[in-house]
This record gives sequence, structure tokens and C-alpha cells, in this order.
Amino acid sequence: MNPDMFFLLASVLFSIGLVGIISRRNLFIVYISIELMLSSINLILATLSKLSNDPAGSVMALIIIAVIAAEAALFLAIIIHLNRLKRSIDSDDFKELAQKGDS
Amino acid sequence: MLNLIVTIPFLSALILALVYLYNPSKKREKLYASVGVGSILITTILSLNTLYQVVSSGESINTLLYEWISIDNFTINLAFIADPLSAVMIGFITFIGLLIHIYAVGYMSGDEGFGKFFSYFNLFMGSMLLLVLANTPIIMFIGWELVGLSSYLLIGYYHRDGANIKAANKAFILNRVGDFGFIMGILILFLVAGSNGFTFTDIESGISKVSLTTLSFIGVLLFVGAMGKSAQIPLYVWLPDAMAGPTPVSALIHAATMVTAGVYMVARFSFIYELIPNVGEFIAIIGVSSALFAAIIASYQSDIKKILAYSTMSQLGYMFVAVGLGFYDEGIFHVFTHAFFKALLFMGAGAVIIAMHHEQNIFKMGGLKKELKLVYITMFIATLAISGIPPFAGFFSKDAILISAYTSGYTTIWVLASLTAALTSYYMFRLLFVVFHSKENTKSLVKLTPSMTVPLVILAIGATLAGFAQNGFSEFLSITNSSLNIEHSLELMLESLNVVLALIGMGVAYKLYSKDAIEAKANTLVKKVIINKFYIDEIYELIIMKPIVAASKLIANVIDPKGFDLVIKLNVWIYRSTGEVFSKLQNGLVRYYALYMIIGVSAMSIYIIIKLGV
Repeated sequence: MNPDMFFLLASVLFSIGLVGIISRRNLFIVYISIELMLSSINLILATLSKLSNDPAGSVMALIIIAVIAAEAALFLAIIIHLNRLKRSIDSDDFKELAQKGDS
Repeated sequence: MLNLIVTIPFLSALILALVYLYNPSKKREKLYASVGVGSILITTILSLNTLYQVVSSGESINTLLYEWISIDNFTINLAFIADPLSAVMIGFITFIGLLIHIYAVGYMSGDEGFGKFFSYFNLFMGSMLLLVLANTPIIMFIGWELVGLSSYLLIGYYHRDGANIKAANKAFILNRVGDFGFIMGILILFLVAGSNGFTFTDIESGISKVSLTTLSFIGVLLFVGAMGKSAQIPLYVWLPDAMAGPTPVSALIHAATMVTAGVYMVARFSFIYELIPNVGEFIAIIGVSSALFAAIIASYQSDIKKILAYSTMSQLGYMFVAVGLGFYDEGIFHVFTHAFFKALLFMGAGAVIIAMHHEQNIFKMGGLKKELKLVYITMFIATLAISGIPPFAGFFSKDAILISAYTSGYTTIWVLASLTAALTSYYMFRLLFVVFHSKENTKSLVKLTPSMTVPLVILAIGATLAGFAQNGFSEFLSITNSSLNIEHSLELMLESLNVVLALIGMGVAYKLYSKDAIEAKANTLVKKVIINKFYIDEIYELIIMKPIVAASKLIANVIDPKGFDLVIKLNVWIYRSTGEVFSKLQNGLVRYYALYMIIGVSAMSIYIIIKLGV
């Protein structure tokens, strides 16, 4: 089986996630995009593990999937909290990083 | 001993200044007067003692105060030398300075700045003594500058009046012009002859290695300094304006200190000027033209102090004729006699001014000879002395200069100088007759204190007798190299010619002014030009002041705001606008920050791919 297809798939997934983060404002979509990027990395990990005949990579990928599940809970909690603060899930409403008083 | 001579006036100036500043409004005239005059008295005794020692032993005295600069092998010591020249100078500077100090106690009494005045006065004396006793040109220059500073302080003493401040500034700035020449001269001298130490003796021993062109250049530059201090054409315009100060200041500037510094300096550097007779000739020409020029102006002035100021300039011209032609003994001798009668004239003028309630226009005076008998007699002696009538001091010194000029073959200079002598006699007797004879024009006169009249008598004795010291004086100084070979009959003829010229001047003045004095009116063109002092001040204003002011205005109003400020503002604008662009990027939205990261990573990737060919 040609590993190139896997790498290509991972790159495509990663790029889709990246574009999602940059262009979408809905916090859920941003979250999903991040998950997408994480998954693509996971896929690369598993592919390399298969290529080098070393099961350690696959094991690590499984562990990451578990971590992703935990992270999902945390992320959703943060989004709910943000929603409580400003009654909005639009990422542009949260500009506390910018200098006060400017635009 | 020399150390004390220089340091005592400075110390007492400091003490006076501190006491005065501690409580300026308190009246302590007795204290100020005793410290101010006492210090000069001690200095005078020490100086006369020094002079006596130098005369009796025939050797110069060297003392070291402390080592000032020491770099590798090169040292500059704050050291003093009393050779015949400087010993004579300090002798009469301190003596006449002392008399002027005593006189000033009377003149300034009741002035609110009494302590300040004596502090400045002592500073002035100290600076002059430092200048004269210095054994290297560098220390001399320090004294030179201090003299300029203290003259500035004293000329602007009545600082409530803006005109006096202007006069003080004028004196200071014109002296700066001269000082620039002087310091340039010293610097070049140091470059060419300063490798083996920089005292006068060191320079003298190494001077023969220097090329004549360089020496001429140095000589001219040094003389520019002398022009400034000794008020010669073209840097003389400060001297008449310096009359703004109190009269004792004028006496001190004109008789004992300051203006004689230039002549002293040329005599001090006689070993240079002897090698460059061309420059000496130039000095003599400047001197004689200054003498004639000042005499012409003085003949039409009506302010008593201004007449005396121009007469000083004229007499300084004589001194420069003498030192320029190489007759240093005669020049310094004229400095010496001039100090007596000029101090006497100024003090007499000051006494008249005080007596007349601060009136300075001679045509508003008249017939004072009865009321101010003592002043009249002493002023008469001084006038006889300055006019060169025997046996008074001025005759001997002026005559020596004229004969020297004649015998060394500079006939033009001699003719002009003789003409000046006649004019001198005319304008001095004009002053005397208008003030003391003519028709009476007196109000109630202010009584003069003994501290103002006693110095007059002492100086009158000096002005009478100083001339007889001539032969011993030249023998003692003996800086002049050239000797005069003149037949006795010719000498006698020249002498009597001078006396006749002086008597003619006196006679004309008597005819015109002894009965009924009328102020000269500017009714013809020539008179108008002379009364307005040849419009020199105006010409200077036109060719120097106006362009400078115009240039300053141009810079202040055009070049600075539209040129430099524009560049700076442009810079500020660039920084601000770039800042604005970058501040737009930091908008606080995380997704944009992610975008920047992508752009950065992409750029790095592209770089890696293209440049490194991975």
C-alpha cells in the first residue's frame, strides 16, 4: 500500500483545519478545525508506525485519541464559559488581547 | 614672594565676594575698603621689594606655585618669573593700582555694591599680575582672559542701565576677537617650538629653528590679540564705550592694567618680533594710524571721559610704534610714564565728575579752577605731561619714541606721530581750559574726600618726576637691540621741535577755549564725520552686525523650522505611521494571529525550498 496517499490525506486534513481556524468565527467550528488538525497528526503518527514496523507509534496514536476525548470535554467547558461571559460564541467578540481603547 | 603677589589679590577678591554675598545689603564699607585696599597694599610692598631685588641683583627671580599639567615629559607649571621687564611692570601696576584703590574708596562711597566693586577690583589686579608674571604663554593667556572677564564685570558695573551692559558686552566680544588671534598664535607657536618645554626662555632658545614665514604668521596673530586688548585699529571701538563703568575702573583699565597688556605682550615676545621686522613695521603703522585717528576724534569729543579714552588709544599707538620698530625700552618706558599721568587724568576727571554731580559734558562745566584748586593743579601737571612739555614725564618718553622713529628712517611714521603730538596737546589743553578756565558755569559743588585728593597729589609728583628715570630704565630693561646713533645737535633740534609743536597745540587751545567755550557743531561735512567718530561704529554695525543678525534671523525663522525641523518631523511621521500599520495587525483576534503564524511558517518553508533546494 502506498503511504503517499496517507500523507496526502493528512496534509489535506491539516490544511482544512488551518483554514477553518483562520476563516471561521464560530467557536465550535474553530474547535472542530483544531480537532481535525490533531487527527491529521495522529494519522501521520500511525502511518509512520506502520511504515517502520514499530507498534509504539500506533500505541501513542491510541493514547492521543483518549487524550482528545478528555480535551473535548475541557474545550466544551471553556466554550460554555465564554458564552456565559458575553452571550456569544463569535470569536471576534473576544478581543481582550488587543490594546485597550484601540479599535 | 611672587606667589604671594599673585595670590593675595585673588584671595582677597574671594573673601570680599563671600562676605558680600553672605549679606549684600549690609553696609560694611570700612571692612571692604580695608580688605580691598590692604591686600593691594601688601602686594605693592612685595612688588616694590621684588623690583628692588631684581634691580640690585640684576638677576631674574623664578618661583613655582605648583605643577599644573604633567603629561609624560611635558609639564606646565604655574610658575612666575620676575625679570627686569615684568618686575618693572608689576612695580608700577601695583603702585598705581594701589592709588586707584584708595581713590575708589572715596569715589564709590555710598554705593550699594561697594563690596562687589572691590572684589572685582582685586580680581582685576590679580589677573593683570598673573598675566605679567606668567612664565609661559599659557598662564599668560589665563591672566589675559581673566583681565577680559573682570573688565567686563567692571564696565557693566552700573548694570541697571541697559546701555552699560551693551558697552560691557561690546568690550567682551571685541576682546574675544582679539583673544582668538592670540590663542591661535600661541597654539601655532606651541606646534613649532613647544617640544622642549613651553616657558618663554624655552621658546626663545628654540626659536631659531622656526621658519620666518611661520614666525611672521605667529607674530601677526599675537598682534591681533594685542589689538583687542590695547584698543588699536580696527578693534578699538570698545574703549570709548568702556567709559560706562565707574571712573576708577576707567583709570585702572587705562593706566595700570588691561590696555598695557598688549604692549607688554609684544615686548615679552620681543625675541620673536626681532626676527620679523616686517611685522614690526606693520605694528608701527597700525600704531601710528591709531594714534592719529584717535587724536582727531578726541579733538571733537565733548564727554570728558571719552576724550581721555581716545587719548589713551592715541598714546597706546605711540607705544606700538616704539615696540613695533624694535624700541622696546622706549615703548615700555612710555607705558610707565603714561600710567602715571593717565591715572592722574582719570582720577582728576572723576573728581570733577563727582564735584559736578555726575556731569560729564565738558561744555557744561567751566571756571572750576577756583573751586577745585588741587584738582586743577594736578590735572594741569598731567596735561603738561601727556602733551610732552619738559620737564614732565611724557616729554621724555614720547620724545624717545619720536627720535627713535626718526633715526631708524621711518620718516612718514615720524611725521604722523609728531602731528599727533601737536593734536594731543591741543585736545588735552582744550579739555583743561574748557573745564577749568572758560566762563564760570558752576552749580554748588560736591565736597571731595581726602581719599580722592591724596592719590592725585602723589600721582602728580610721579607724573613730574617719572621722566627722569629714563636712562636707568633703559639700562635696566635693555631689551632693545638696536642702538641709536644720533648727533647731539640733531637730537636737541628734534626735541625742541616736539616742544614747539606741543606749545602750538596748547596756544591754539588757549585761544579758542580759555575765555568762552562753545561746543563744536556739526555744521560742515568734515566736522560731522569727525564728531560722529568717522562713523566707525555704524560701519561695523553695517558690515558685521547686520549680516550676522540677518543670518541669525534666516536660520531662526527659515532654515531651522523649515529645514532641520522638517527632517526631524519626517522621521517622526515615518515611525508613527509604521507603528500605526503594525498596531492594526495586533487586533486581539486569535485567528489573525494564527494567520500570521501561517504566513511566517510559509515564508520559512519557501525560503528553505528555494534557497536550500530541499
